[in-house]
Amino acid sequence: MINKTFESVAAALDGIADGSVIMVGGFGTAGMPSQLVDGVIASGARDLTIISNNAGNGEIGLAALLKAGRVAKVICSFPRQSDSYVFDELYLAGKVQLEVVPQGNLAERIRAAGSGIGAFYSPTGYGTLLAEGKETRVIDGRNYVLEMPLHADVALIKAESGDRWGNLTYRKAARNFGPIMAMAAKTTIAQVNRIVELGELDPEHIVTPGIFVQRVVAVPLAPISNANVN
Amino acid sequence: MTVMKKLSRSEMAQRVADDILEGSYVNLGIGVPTLVANYLGDKEVFLHSENGVLGMGPSPAPGEEDDDLINAGKQHVTLLPGGAYFHHADSFSMMRGGHIDIAVLGAFQVSVNGDLANWHTGAEGSIPAVGGAMDLATGARQVFVMMDHLTKTGESKLVPQCTYPLTGIGCVTRIYTDLAILDVTAQGLKVREIVADISFEDLQALSGVPLIR
Repeated sequence: MINKTFESVAAALDGIADGSVIMVGGFGTAGMPSQLVDGVIASGARDLTIISNNAGNGEIGLAALLKAGRVAKVICSFPRQSDSYVFDELYLAGKVQLEVVPQGNLAERIRAAGSGIGAFYSPTGYGTLLAEGKETRVIDGRNYVLEMPLHADVALIKAESGDRWGNLTYRKAARNFGPIMAMAAKTTIAQVNRIVELGELDPEHIVTPGIFVQRVVAVPLAPISNANVN
Repeated sequence: MTVMKKLSRSEMAQRVADDILEGSYVNLGIGVPTLVANYLGDKEVFLHSENGVLGMGPSPAPGEEDDDLINAGKQHVTLLPGGAYFHHADSFSMMRGGHIDIAVLGAFQVSVNGDLANWHTGAEGSIPAVGGAMDLATGARQVFVMMDHLTKTGESKLVPQCTYPLTGIGCVTRIYTDLAILDVTAQGLKVREIVADISFEDLQALSGVPLIR
């Protein structure tokens, strides 16, 4: 019997090596797999490259991982937020590298990795600082920039419901990067609000089919508020 | 000296909203552009949020906030009946693929040929953060800019060439300022309407580029 569910966050995260490239889902705190990120802190893994839309809020989740000094590089679209002081201080002190990627290019680079696309031309960013040094091409009179896929060793995502085959549904706008990150990593670990019996998820409504998910762990709804987050 | 009467931000938002047709798919950028949502009246306009929401509704009533339902500025929002959620790659395909009719964005500067600078001052010690700005600027069919005509120190934000780092090249189609509404044309910036109580000559004198009447 195939069973991708794990009893604990620590068990689900077993084997994350130093130097791993880790995708972390979420947009701000919506969809942020905070308990998995806390588990990475507890695991002791360091020298990590993090791919995520933001670079942490307050001192929870990704911000806590940064504060613990485990992150060597962040690849994201929008590190600077009103409560991103942990990242800000590390970056300004030269303690963490930053690659800023336009948000749509970030999403498509992740999608490309998960879809087996070698690279793609995007119009976004052409002629800007963020395209410096990149190959360009004119296609049908329009300027494009060559963008490379973003692969990861591990994706940490948050979903609403999951079953033992790894099928997932999401909740509202917490879906954001989850489905594409799940496709782009060698090992995708989903924290879900609840684990359901096989067959309980309507196959018409499954957003991420289990083929993209290796491990599922239930984390009961945690009272994380993103009020006052900008 | 009399104080020049110019549009407030709410009045600017009203002007932008007046120009958005029913049925449009619209993305309102973070900050002042979000005010436009308050002035769409009874028109059915589909508001898109980059984090995977189409058919975004107004702010929730106190106590009704849902941390899984936020906008690009990470403020709590609601979903209208008929609204939809989708993942990030689909969301940005809506922009890049030319499916979004209008993006309304703030700006530091707009050049005479419609180049936009709105993501980074380039100042030493500032942390670059682009978010979806470049994707919207490049992908939306029309890009409306909403900004003050002048900087806080009185310099024109309409410029021959942007001095701040660019967000997109030749992407802006229309500019709404507190003084005027202008179209970006192949010939240059054409004044559609002066919205402050000033003459064309006054407006020209305050603008860093030649204007077309």
